[in-house]
Amino acid sequence: MTQRSKLAAVDRRDLLIGGSAVAAVAIMAAGSGRAIAQEKPADKPATFQETMDKILGGKKAEEAKINIELPEIAENGNTVPYTVTVDSPMSDADYVKTLHVLSSGNPGPNIATYHFTPMSGQAFASSRMRLAKTQDIYAIAELSNGNFLVGKRGVKVTIGGCGG
Amino acid sequence: MSTKPRIKLPSPIKAGDVIEVKTLISHVMETGFRKGSDGNLVPRNIIHTFTASFGGKEVTKVDLSSGVSANPYIAFKFKVPGPGDLELTWVDDGGNKIVEKVPVAVS
Repeated sequence: MTQRSKLAAVDRRDLLIGGSAVAAVAIMAAGSGRAIAQEKPADKPATFQETMDKILGGKKAEEAKINIELPEIAENGNTVPYTVTVDSPMSDADYVKTLHVLSSGNPGPNIATYHFTPMSGQAFASSRMRLAKTQDIYAIAELSNGNFLVGKRGVKVTIGGCGG
Repeated sequence: MSTKPRIKLPSPIKAGDVIEVKTLISHVMETGFRKGSDGNLVPRNIIHTFTASFGGKEVTKVDLSSGVSANPYIAFKFKVPGPGDLELTWVDDGGNKIVEKVPVAVS
């Protein structure tokens, strides 16, 4: 009999904890976007906007010279083929140093970062990525002279590929 | 990280050509966002770095993240200065490292 009442007490406590958790979530959801960002645990990956700002470091990126090849509709988000090329002479004086491929709708914004050298011959990146949902893919190129180029391409995803 | 990666070069190659090198390696590329059957997160295990170098000089380095599909396919371009060995390296979170040397014959 005592055993039973103990169990009942635990149940009540669980109910209380559960209730307060629901309330906390409701408060977070009601708060502004900024408030939610502050509540975020430190080990969460940076958001897309944070990552983009960090790469650019306050500089403006020119929307040019980047070509992103992607399927218009990706049926399987687990493997979406892509090819990114940047129009550049790739000479010792003028080449694409770094190319960031970013996702705006995945749990983590980074997909891959390519570091080129003049030996690469062409700023070219081709691989397969995971996409969680329909979103825009961004490519940011950092040139050897310190300037940035940016390209954007939308992709529709039928089945997300992040395990859920 | 046990099976041999597949590497494909075009042929024939002339000095000064910009060639496309295609690589494919088998790896789970576990994202770290997925929950296992016990309800806990499966720890991240991905190939985080891929490097291609020729004659000791880096050609291309790629930092990969969870957003790269399993069994990553990576293609890159390479301006062939002459004959030599192309050295490709894959490193994963478990510290496993696979190094492949591909001779580049120039005709």
